[in-house]
Amino acid sequence: MTAANIQVSETPLVLYTLRRADDALILGHRLSEWCGHAPMLEEDMALANMGLDLLGQARELYSYAAKVEGKDNDEDKFAYLRDVRQYRNLLLLEQPNGDFARTMVRQFFYAAFADLYWRAMMRSTDATLAAIAAKSEKESAYHVRHCSEWIIRLGDGTEESHRRTQAAIDELWAFTGEMFSVDDSERGLIDTGIAIDPATLRPQWLKTVSGVVREATLVLPDNNWMQQGGRSGRHSEHLGHLLSELQSMQRTFPGATW
Amino acid sequence: MYTQALNTSDGDDRHIEDAARATQFQARIDADERIEPNDWMPAAYRKTLTRQISQHAHSEIVGMLPEGNWITRAPSLRRKAALLAKVQDECGHGLYLYAAAETLGSSREELVDAMLAGKAKYSSIFNYPTLTWADIGTIGWLVDGAAIMNQIPLCRCSYGPYARAMIRVCKEESFHQRQGFEIMLTLCRGTDEQKAMAQDALNRWWWPVLMMFGPPDQVSQHSDTSTKWKIKRFSNDELRQKFVDATVPQAQFLGLTIPDPDMKQNANGNWEYSAIDWDEFKQVLAGNGPCNRDRLAARRKAHEDGAWVREAAMAYAEKRRQRSALQAAE
Repeated sequence: MTAANIQVSETPLVLYTLRRADDALILGHRLSEWCGHAPMLEEDMALANMGLDLLGQARELYSYAAKVEGKDNDEDKFAYLRDVRQYRNLLLLEQPNGDFARTMVRQFFYAAFADLYWRAMMRSTDATLAAIAAKSEKESAYHVRHCSEWIIRLGDGTEESHRRTQAAIDELWAFTGEMFSVDDSERGLIDTGIAIDPATLRPQWLKTVSGVVREATLVLPDNNWMQQGGRSGRHSEHLGHLLSELQSMQRTFPGATW
Repeated sequence: MYTQALNTSDGDDRHIEDAARATQFQARIDADERIEPNDWMPAAYRKTLTRQISQHAHSEIVGMLPEGNWITRAPSLRRKAALLAKVQDECGHGLYLYAAAETLGSSREELVDAMLAGKAKYSSIFNYPTLTWADIGTIGWLVDGAAIMNQIPLCRCSYGPYARAMIRVCKEESFHQRQGFEIMLTLCRGTDEQKAMAQDALNRWWWPVLMMFGPPDQVSQHSDTSTKWKIKRFSNDELRQKFVDATVPQAQFLGLTIPDPDMKQNANGNWEYSAIDWDEFKQVLAGNGPCNRDRLAARRKAHEDGAWVREAAMAYAEKRRQRSALQAAE
């Protein structure tokens, strides 16, 4: 056994599943970084809860990707033995935690999308994905609620919390477009009803997000330039550092069972 | 998780306000009745329990740090999820315990401030570093194991809210303890390198874990009143001995060597251990353990960095209150 990267046969369904698994793992990992350091104990609990939901989603999706691929890979090989260029998560989710406002805005942008996405995916013609979607939708609905409440409290709280939350929105906005884009690999799955077209969800997402942001007395940026690249492995510099920590044990002790 | 037998009580009967009430109170304790928050209680009983429960709560919260140190590096997704869930449980224990302490009349903020100011203690064990993954197994196996020994008797503590919190906490702790043992078992059945990692962790944690039970009985000053009040039911040395006797066969099963070459089993079947370095214990309690400064600094940083969030939540709640008052007036 070596600690070298695994090879993945990225058929459209494997790639599709890995992308969602990577989303869940990377965001779950980011949330787990808060553990023990949150602004209040209740929030330590809530951030860990959301992190655990996402880790659970990641594990199911990786296991399904392994099954579909039908090679020697498993959830841990996918998580621990792929490098930055092989990771397929959205750029938004690998962005560093920053302050609590930034973590909440990141979570809110994603959860408001994931909730709609998984709800629509419950109609997937792929029974496993539909089942994962049903579970993930319930979890995401809670994440949206929790984050919305915080965005409103922070936006309409003090001058400082307003300023920090507006800054987080301004910084993260350019990463939201990637959630709705589709490439050729995914187009085929959409045509056969295995996946849904995320672009169709954008109006509803924007409505939810704008509503909360307005209630929070905050504003969405005018700038509509959107960063892309995560889905094809062109990441920000942040992901490499996250992975070097996440993967350190598996890379140091190749082939060991833990 | 981890109450430490710090044996803090202020059992000075001079302060008992009312001799007749005190007699009645003691009679209730002797009859194994539970004391509830609104019941009369001696000031010293209240003070002793506030201190013990809040120290216990602080230990849970500070205890999140050494294990939290490995959440981002856990070696498999299953271990990562289990560790995150475990540390989250500890946070939950901290919350129930602060709530139990609040029933005695001190707010969580006051109690936390005392800890952050370095005035309140937490378990000495969390002032040691987690250097390898095997430390996570060892903490579950031994630290949680020792905590359970201390806490099972507390499920029958005379103060109702504390006893009830302990029942719930102990259930989760015993799950953590099994999980820790299972991590150790996996390491001990793994590669030579993994087994060496497990042995090294045991070598480093063994003595600090024995210290968790507190000073030896002959120098322990406070046990008498705590025992009379049925807060404490076993002495430090009794609990320590129970723990050692339960742990030795587990270490043997794992194929690990307890770092005490002179340890031997006596005719009663008890394992006699060598002298504990109480100077080390005193140093750690005095703030000179390997991680005391880091632990407090991490808690202070979380508290300070989070201040604006807590202020925002309060400001928002106040705005809402004013708005609904205005609406009601219209």
